[in-house]
Amino acid sequence: MSEMQDLYQEIILDHNRKPRNFTIPAHANHTAVGHNPLCGDQITVLVELEGGVIKTIGFQGAGCAISKASASLMTEAVKGRTIDEAKVIFEGFHDMVTGVAGAEPEALGKLAAFAGVCEYPARVKCASLAWHTLQAAITEGPTQVSTE
Amino acid sequence: MTERAQPPETAADLRADMLRLREEFPALHQRVRGRPLVYLDNAATTHKPRVVLEAMTRFYAEDNSNIHRGVHALSVRATEAYEQARSTVARFLNAPSASEIVFLRGTTEAINLIAHGLAHCRLRPGDEVLITHMEHHSNIVPWQMACNQSGATLKVVPITDNGELEPGAVERMITDRTRVVSVVHVSNSLGTVNPVREICALAHRVGAVVVVDGAQAVAHMAVDVQEIGCDAYAFSGHKLMGPTGVGTLWARQELLAELPPYQGGGDMIEVVTFEKTTYAKAPAKFEAGTPNISGAVGLGAAVFYIEQVGLDRIHAYETWLLERATEQMQAIPGLRLIGTAPGKAAILAFTLDTAHPHDIGTILDMEGVAIRTGHHCTQPVMVRMGVPATARASLSLYNTPEEIDTLCRAVNKVKEVFQ
Ligand SMILES: Cc1ncc(COP(=O)(O)O)c(C=O)c1O
Repeated sequence: MSEMQDLYQEIILDHNRKPRNFTIPAHANHTAVGHNPLCGDQITVLVELEGGVIKTIGFQGAGCAISKASASLMTEAVKGRTIDEAKVIFEGFHDMVTGVAGAEPEALGKLAAFAGVCEYPARVKCASLAWHTLQAAITEGPTQVSTE
Repeated sequence: MTERAQPPETAADLRADMLRLREEFPALHQRVRGRPLVYLDNAATTHKPRVVLEAMTRFYAEDNSNIHRGVHALSVRATEAYEQARSTVARFLNAPSASEIVFLRGTTEAINLIAHGLAHCRLRPGDEVLITHMEHHSNIVPWQMACNQSGATLKVVPITDNGELEPGAVERMITDRTRVVSVVHVSNSLGTVNPVREICALAHRVGAVVVVDGAQAVAHMAVDVQEIGCDAYAFSGHKLMGPTGVGTLWARQELLAELPPYQGGGDMIEVVTFEKTTYAKAPAKFEAGTPNISGAVGLGAAVFYIEQVGLDRIHAYETWLLERATEQMQAIPGLRLIGTAPGKAAILAFTLDTAHPHDIGTILDMEGVAIRTGHHCTQPVMVRMGVPATARASLSLYNTPEEIDTLCRAVNKVKEVFQ
């Protein structure tokens, strides 16, 4: 049972059941769509950027608990942050879920709930889909990303 | 003295026999995440009995050599082993001749070969290729490519909510422009067994070629290509307890003669000059280069193994197991079985109202239960059934009722986590 709790922590289950910022922000000016063809997950991230700051953020889509909770917690983590700050958080998150030595989950606040993902390589893409999509939304370039 | 008819085998007899056979599969006897492995991903690939592993090891240890090109003893032995495997597969499918058996990488390559060939020699603008809504991507994409190339049109037979071909649709959709009908024998995502014999009869009325994707059929039911009446039949070794990287295309001699070669190279030629090359006859025409010799040897051993166990008994046992599993799974509230055609094969695809298939798969894995989750290379089926993905348990002769119990217990754990 403890393995189960390592991955499916209460906070993840909660955000899966009741995703936060599961909305379309009225003044969104940046958006991107992310796909995980492997499991059929699809997510749209919508951002209102103002002077390099993520003023509001919302997401739409369907997916597994890991990808949905990750999107939900991501929106909370980056709201009010600058693009550069968001990138730093993503780097830390990415290191944590891919099991990079020296990753510091403690520095990530609630996002540390995803530390267990590194034991499940097949699920890393689920956890990082929203982040890749956010990155596509707030940087220049294609607005469709795929984990494959 | 006349032999007395054997009493019909009871489920208990079959069960005892299959349990003994299980011992012959080394990979099944391991622990995963601290729990005994329950392998229920047989539609993706099956495990291999020791005889297959040994046949391949023996080939490399004793006979290893290239085929069809040496006068020395090892080359002769390797050639014999390779051709023996071809004869074994021909007998297995009841093909009229071993020269109609082409060894390839698998089902995917077999369908690509025939689609590519037919695009050249048969399909013209305005012609029609008929497939079904339940095809694996490997029986969709090659035909799209063939249609793009030739100007033919792809048509798709719709399916019902329980995963059967819509009644009457095949007959309705075959027209005098239909040149090819390509259909899956047993659906990998629904378990549906299609009426391939009837489809062949309908297609042949208009002279269409019928290709059958047998990837999910051959390990679970007796297949007789002459009885089915198809023109081509494809399957993969690895789903039949053989190795990966080898499979078979059976096609009628006349069709193989008409199809252009798929690749050029060694072994597929008669005479090569810089001005002109004449091709060898089938099957060599389609086996350019050094083939997967050890793979064919392993496939031959796998077919031999399956024949010895007996496909009728395998089918009876798997059907018994499927009925039990269906009953148990249907009793789980919130579980929806996707694909409930009568007489289906031992494939149980399902969803839960509270958990995404991906999460089901991960939690089952924690319990040592290996299933597949996702779209199973049949995205149109997912769309048709209104689901993003499914979880799929697919059975084989070595699975046990106790493993089904473990599966159901694990599914109930998923429900606890995702209340
Ligand atoms: C029905 C069906 N057709 C075709 C294939 C493709 O087989 P392979 O990947 O061995 O070429 C599969 C297996 O995934 C299948 O289940």
